[in-house]
Amino acid sequence: MAKRDYSLLGSDGARAVETGLAAAEWYHTDVPRKVMKELMQRSDQPAIRDTIILYGCMIAFAAGGIALWGSWWCVPFWAAYGVLYGSASDSRWHECGHGTAFKTPWMNNAVYEIASFMIMRNSATWRWSHARHHTDTYIVGRDPEIAIMRPPAFVKLIGAFFGIPDVIAFFPRMIQNALSGPTAEERTFVPQSEWAKVQRVAILYTAIYAATLATAVWMGSILPLMVIGLPRMYGAWHHIMTGLLQHGGLADNVIDHRLNSRTVYMNPISRFIYWNMNYHVEHHMFPMVPYHALPRLHETIKHDLPAPNRSIAEAFAEMWPALRRQLAYEDYFLRRDLPPTAKPYREDFHRAALGDLPDALPAE
Amino acid sequence: MPQWIRACATDDIDEEDLIRFDHAGATYAIYHSPEGDFFATAGLCTHENVHLCDGLVMGHLIECPKHNGQFDYRTGEARRTPVCVNLRTFPVKVEGGDVYIEVP
Repeated sequence: MAKRDYSLLGSDGARAVETGLAAAEWYHTDVPRKVMKELMQRSDQPAIRDTIILYGCMIAFAAGGIALWGSWWCVPFWAAYGVLYGSASDSRWHECGHGTAFKTPWMNNAVYEIASFMIMRNSATWRWSHARHHTDTYIVGRDPEIAIMRPPAFVKLIGAFFGIPDVIAFFPRMIQNALSGPTAEERTFVPQSEWAKVQRVAILYTAIYAATLATAVWMGSILPLMVIGLPRMYGAWHHIMTGLLQHGGLADNVIDHRLNSRTVYMNPISRFIYWNMNYHVEHHMFPMVPYHALPRLHETIKHDLPAPNRSIAEAFAEMWPALRRQLAYEDYFLRRDLPPTAKPYREDFHRAALGDLPDALPAE
Repeated sequence: MPQWIRACATDDIDEEDLIRFDHAGATYAIYHSPEGDFFATAGLCTHENVHLCDGLVMGHLIECPKHNGQFDYRTGEARRTPVCVNLRTFPVKVEGGDVYIEVP
């Protein structure tokens, strides 16, 4: 297969549209309508509880960090605050963007806007970006949220644990959006009716960061930036650790989420930070199921899915060697075995779209 | 020439739910509201071609199963992004325990 072109304006994206790989009908495990309706039901209670815990802890940790500023005792407070700011905001952005976290729409929107700011994603742009990610998950040239492109850029991946590539990309784009609205690539997935909103959000973000920076200069201290901005870097590691596992080392250009997404059992703290997105095959297959119902969805359909990784460490041990092999051979990917109770992978779907190339999808 | 077509029986759809109905190469969604009324819309989301029949009815809203866009199924009005274009609606009548929709 030729070198992948990840540009949303490039040849692979155009080919995916031509072949029907884009906006395709994906495989779904059969779930009785009555069960699915019950799983889809919305509730405010779990998300209100989690949001009070999250913001309460953030206030407490930031207060501790500020109070102990100047001594090494502040470090654990900032470390904890950073993870909640720079990583938990990713999952809050995600779930509230789907509109499934809370039952009440304004609650979803409020947490979504706060989380978008903290994770440094233009709230207007990224709502549409994520819609495309669900339409064309890991379809090269279509999905704007492919975290690990092939061949993997390891320096960039490791830098992502400290937020470096994201932050470097964010600020110039924020300024560009503030001055002239969405970029040419963004205009491929953001409808024109939303372009002005993209610009308004970027102007607001710019004003907040400018005010924070001015306060830091006025105080002669980085303390204001420890509260706003920098935690996106020193607290990013958790959301990168969990996020890379979502699709890393698995197939691209397929239309069966069991081939391109990974479910990983995780400890309760990581699941709180990540809001149960460790059930990632389940989430992609049924994105209207709220985070708090994903464990039940997992129990309902696990007979049809590859066995989950049993821990974050085990998942990395599976993924990392696969990424290293992709350095030498871009087409390599992990193809997990299905249990005997599962329906076979629907490889015929994407093989037909790719022209039925027998050697296009090598795997182990 | 519009015509009335039998879509289903009234008890084929639970209250606050919907079913898919295909006719003459077109697909429709038939709704049973919490008040016991019936409504019909186009069967595919206007954002992308996803069947709404797998979505969730909440009161008078239908939520698309793919991207969680929402419509008021009584009017077809788009109510939540990513849907921006309204959904087409169709007249409905109930006669003798059957639901009919008027199709073009």
